[in-house]
Amino acid sequence: MRIPLAAAIGLFFTALYFLAAIFAPLLAPYGYAEVVSTGYWDPPSAEFLLGTDGIGRDLLSRMIYGGRTTIFVATAATILSFTTGSVLGFLAAVAGGWVDQLLSRFVDLLMSIPSLIFALVVLSVMPVTLPVLVLVMGLLDSTRVFRLSRAVAVDIEVMDYVEAARLRGEKTIWIIFREILPNALSPLVAEMGLRFIFMVLFVSTLSFLGLGIQPPQADWGGIVKENAEGIVYGIPAALMPAFAIATLAISVNLVADWVLNRTTSLKGGRG
Amino acid sequence: MSDPQLKVRDLKIGATVYPPGEKPHDIEIVHGVSFDLEKGKVLGLIGESGAGKSTIGLAAMAYGRGGVKITGGEVWINGRDVLQSGTGDIRKLRGAEVTYVSQSAAASFNPAKKILDQVVEAAVEQKKFSRKEAEARARDLFDKLGLPNPETIGDRYPHQVSGGQLQRCMTALALCPEPDLVVFDEPTTALDVTTQIDVLMAIKAAIRETGVAALYITHDLAVVAQVSDDIMVLRHGNMVEYGSVDQIINAPQEDYTQALVSVRSIEHAEKESAGDPVLSVRNITARYKGTQFDVLHNVNVDLYPGQTLAVVGESGSGKSTLARVITGLLPPREGEIEFAGRTLSPDLAGRSREDLRELQMIYQMADVAMNPRQTVGTIIGRPLEFYFNMSGKEKRKRIIELLDEIELGEDFMDRYPAELSGGQKQRVCIARALAAKPKMIICDEVTSALDPLVADGILKLLLNLQKIEDVAFLFITHDLATVRAISDTIAVMYQGKVQRYGSKTQVLSPPFDDYTDLLLSSVPEMRLGWLEEVISNRKMESAGN
Repeated sequence: MRIPLAAAIGLFFTALYFLAAIFAPLLAPYGYAEVVSTGYWDPPSAEFLLGTDGIGRDLLSRMIYGGRTTIFVATAATILSFTTGSVLGFLAAVAGGWVDQLLSRFVDLLMSIPSLIFALVVLSVMPVTLPVLVLVMGLLDSTRVFRLSRAVAVDIEVMDYVEAARLRGEKTIWIIFREILPNALSPLVAEMGLRFIFMVLFVSTLSFLGLGIQPPQADWGGIVKENAEGIVYGIPAALMPAFAIATLAISVNLVADWVLNRTTSLKGGRG
Repeated sequence: MSDPQLKVRDLKIGATVYPPGEKPHDIEIVHGVSFDLEKGKVLGLIGESGAGKSTIGLAAMAYGRGGVKITGGEVWINGRDVLQSGTGDIRKLRGAEVTYVSQSAAASFNPAKKILDQVVEAAVEQKKFSRKEAEARARDLFDKLGLPNPETIGDRYPHQVSGGQLQRCMTALALCPEPDLVVFDEPTTALDVTTQIDVLMAIKAAIRETGVAALYITHDLAVVAQVSDDIMVLRHGNMVEYGSVDQIINAPQEDYTQALVSVRSIEHAEKESAGDPVLSVRNITARYKGTQFDVLHNVNVDLYPGQTLAVVGESGSGKSTLARVITGLLPPREGEIEFAGRTLSPDLAGRSREDLRELQMIYQMADVAMNPRQTVGTIIGRPLEFYFNMSGKEKRKRIIELLDEIELGEDFMDRYPAELSGGQKQRVCIARALAAKPKMIICDEVTSALDPLVADGILKLLLNLQKIEDVAFLFITHDLATVRAISDTIAVMYQGKVQRYGSKTQVLSPPFDDYTDLLLSSVPEMRLGWLEEVISNRKMESAGN
């Protein structure tokens, strides 16, 4: 199997970020909350590869730990939004009738409220912990996945092989997971890459606004917020997480594109 | 002898293929075909799908469909080789000297523009006629093609005329610029038989009157025999045989041509109805949700064990709806279905697993009747798991048995549907139905998407399986040749009613009612002069008029 160059680059950086996230405690030279320097915004040196932040913590360590938090939250929320969104979307398409109406109108309702505002309202009354954050982000985003899955499944649902399964007497669960899901996978996988990136941006935005990950825990959005003032003095600390988010976004999309291409050319043809 | 209008020499056409799991590569799909076509003559190109007939037809316009390249040879029209012409010259050629009539008029007309505007467009654009002249010519052609209200029909939109009429409008479109050559690509294939002969007659008369040369592409030898002067039989991009219509249908030389001519040679003696019917459809009246008219009116038919009931009719006659009612997908408004001695629940949800198992279905489009992500083994194995709780070795053994029954081997088990040919796909669908050990199988147009020789194989297989498994078939079809080949009982449907019902000999013997007469007489026969004979003997106008 030959991997195209773009996909290889994407795969390399995605893997790099994920590995760094998983092995953060082994990789980071210092703790994420450890104040290691008496100065602030020290320039990069042999001791502190990326310098230190506004209160003298090692920026590299915070970036690594921050990536861990951001990637973990985004991944968990993506998984949540895809499981709920796609299962409910398929169900709406297969069951039709009032089930479809109820689910679709509820989703319309949720989507009519800007998700950032909705999240801010919910998070300002709920305790901001990681599970709550994942739950709020995942459920809000599942509305998009619902829309896509339902649209894809409606197309597949009218195929004769689904009718054949119905006539055989198969249960809805079989029709969803064995007849529809395998054929809906390609558009969903492509969407997954995109949604994951939105999650990264979403959690970073929330942290930047102070309603996401709470200090001293590190995350990319938080690091931007903490070091934003430095920009005025020409200190690039706040740009590091921005750069990390951008490279992660591009590499994940390169991988998603490649996966999409591969699955559509798989045996069995287009999905 | 004058110079031929169209001269094709050693035409070679290639295409890039993308086989699953392999690298894309180039193959040759037409291997050096040569022929001449004189002014005022019609050449029929015939062959099964993949024979290269449409590709050759389009190459006569110096055009290759997506991914198709003309790799060699010469195509001479009006004394110049169009393959050597520049884009500008080709643009002047198409729509002026050479025009094209496609299979689906509905997909070829712009639904947002009036018919007349589209018919005159090429003629005006190519400066052959002024707008006024072109419109007068179009009306004249509408008249010649037997369209109703030729003065005003052009002011309608494509959806406001019937399928057969639209196909004739497209012929008018092709003839309007006074071309030297018209390529007809399966112009009647998508039409009902009774409509088909009207269109055929119109096309034939129009070709004769305008004296244009024509290439007529079709897979139906009986159709091409009515309109052509010469026939060229193609297979896998090679010419198999070339001759006059008379010679090809009465004295074919090659084995392949002989097979094409003698297709539907299946003889099936009708069986006596014995015992209690396996299926009784009682006074069924049905309509679709949200509509105000009944699609089926008081339908009554019986099917006896081990026999075949053919339900025949044109599109819109309600034959597929009957299948939906029997399977429980569309609960009827009135009436009931008795099956194997018990009354079936009108709704699918109310039926027992046994009801479902004993009543299986095979679809027209085998492509979409199988999940593209499942292997043949999974597809055939699922009913075994589902109805008989088979698994492991036992299931595998049974799948292999079933694959043997449909004349495919064990090595087909791990293939995906995309790796099967059209006929093989339909065989796998048959095996899936048989796996449930049903008492009855509904076959919904199972051969109409297949080439004649392949379809023949499927019909033989079904008849054979009927003997072995003692299963009854409800055979839905629009094709009377198929009906003759396999049925014991026939129900002719027309506008949602059973028009004529009885044993095969009864239904197919005179005296006929007007509709059955129309339907039976409309099936193209492979002899010269058939078309004229039918048109002059008709008692009833077809619905498409």
